Amino acid sequence: MGGRGLVAVKVLMHLLALTPTVLLVVAVGLDKAGGDPVQYIIHFTGKGALNALIATLLITPIARRFGWSWLMQCRRLVGLYVMFYAALHISAFIALDLVFDVKLLASEILKRPYISIGFIAFVIVTALAITSLKSIRKNMGKNWQLLHGSVYPLALLVVWHYYWSVRSDVVEPIFYGVAVLLLLWARWPKVSQWLQAMRRACAKKAAPVNSVR
Amino acid sequence: KPMNFKQPPQFQSKELLTPYNKVTQHNNFYEFGTDKADPHQRAQSLRVDPWSVSISGEVDNPLTLDLDDLRNQFEVQQRIYRLRCVEAWSMVIPWVGISLADVIKKAQPNSKAKYVAFETLFDPQQMPGQSNRRLGGGIEYPYVEGLTIEEATNELSFLALGLYGKTLPPQNGAPVRLVVPWKYGFKSIKSIVSIRLMEQRPPTTWNRLAPHEYGFYANVNPEVDHPRWSQATERRIGEGGLLSAKRIPTEMYNGYGEQVAHLYRNLDLKRNY
Repeated sequence: MGGRGLVAVKVLMHLLALTPTVLLVVAVGLDKAGGDPVQYIIHFTGKGALNALIATLLITPIARRFGWSWLMQCRRLVGLYVMFYAALHISAFIALDLVFDVKLLASEILKRPYISIGFIAFVIVTALAITSLKSIRKNMGKNWQLLHGSVYPLALLVVWHYYWSVRSDVVEPIFYGVAVLLLLWARWPKVSQWLQAMRRACAKKAAPVNSVR
Repeated sequence: KPMNFKQPPQFQSKELLTPYNKVTQHNNFYEFGTDKADPHQRAQSLRVDPWSVSISGEVDNPLTLDLDDLRNQFEVQQRIYRLRCVEAWSMVIPWVGISLADVIKKAQPNSKAKYVAFETLFDPQQMPGQSNRRLGGGIEYPYVEGLTIEEATNELSFLALGLYGKTLPPQNGAPVRLVVPWKYGFKSIKSIVSIRLMEQRPPTTWNRLAPHEYGFYANVNPEVDHPRWSQATERRIGEGGLLSAKRIPTEMYNGYGEQVAHLYRNLDLKRNY
């Protein structure tokens, strides 16, 4: 696909990715998000982040299967929407639910496993988003692949966070969990390569300590 | 429909009320879906009249009361109560209804009556969550709740028939629901068809589903956290838009300790949560 076609596809993807945000703003503005929309907003944006993550993970297998190299060029765009929705999600939690009670936020992150997991996931997403800048990517060399492979555990963490956050309605989190497992399974050679590379990287870091002894 | 009622001074309050549209559009009523906005959208067709409530079990005078009986045989009062949800949000609601103690007294409990079991209507045709696992959040239906006889006959225990001076909207548990304001909201079972006095402690819905998270007592207690979140503070849903909410400290027994603390004098509240 030529340059112009790619631009059109990207514009379309932006529109598609932003549509839920517009719908959310309209729903809240028109009082269609319930009497107290706080939980609705937190839920909606959290699911937005998860959907964007699933979409990101779908891109490689689809591009491979159909030989669509132009699709690969959209992967970063879609991936950044994971960051976008995750940032809305955590901002809504802090601003609307906790009402900026920073002490409570800190204790919840430390004490509540499902919030801890969500927070770790957010840190990973943030790291991936920042290092998606082309200049940073160049400077990171091989480490970039290593860091960005953490999208695999990230997907598991996000689903786990979702599963633990619900009171009883586990059907949807389980559905998402199965989707993530399938997506990881579909690229298992790559996942296992990444795991081995991580193991090697950790071993290398540990080695100098041993040699000093 | 508008209702007539008395306003006993001890049950009134100067606290800022949660506006009607928020009280009626932010509900947990899983029989109509697990989202807070679902009950308002899906419950409107619930047939709430005719309705009858049976009072049975360990009583000398079993009763079946229809809506007119509930309104005419007991003193209808307005009571302003705080409602503290286990999810750490809260409201202040002007309920209209009758004293639960009066209703139970009428049925004449016998000496074996130690507990009171409540049951919501079971009607999957009208309550889609009862037949659809995804919609109903995977809880076992009918919804059941329970109190000790001492709790049920406490002066605070209330059967609400209305709010804001009008009969209850379906999503708030029409036509008759329990209100026990010193306990987390899920104890205040909605759309009641049966009240049964028992010798044994009855099962309760959320306790059955997740016993480590929800106990039988479920008294509001800022010192005992839900395993997944803090109960020390709550978000009060009041007037105004999204950014006007306030986070306030949660009070022991939701601030009703004077009336109910004596019921739990010899109880380890950390274990009996």
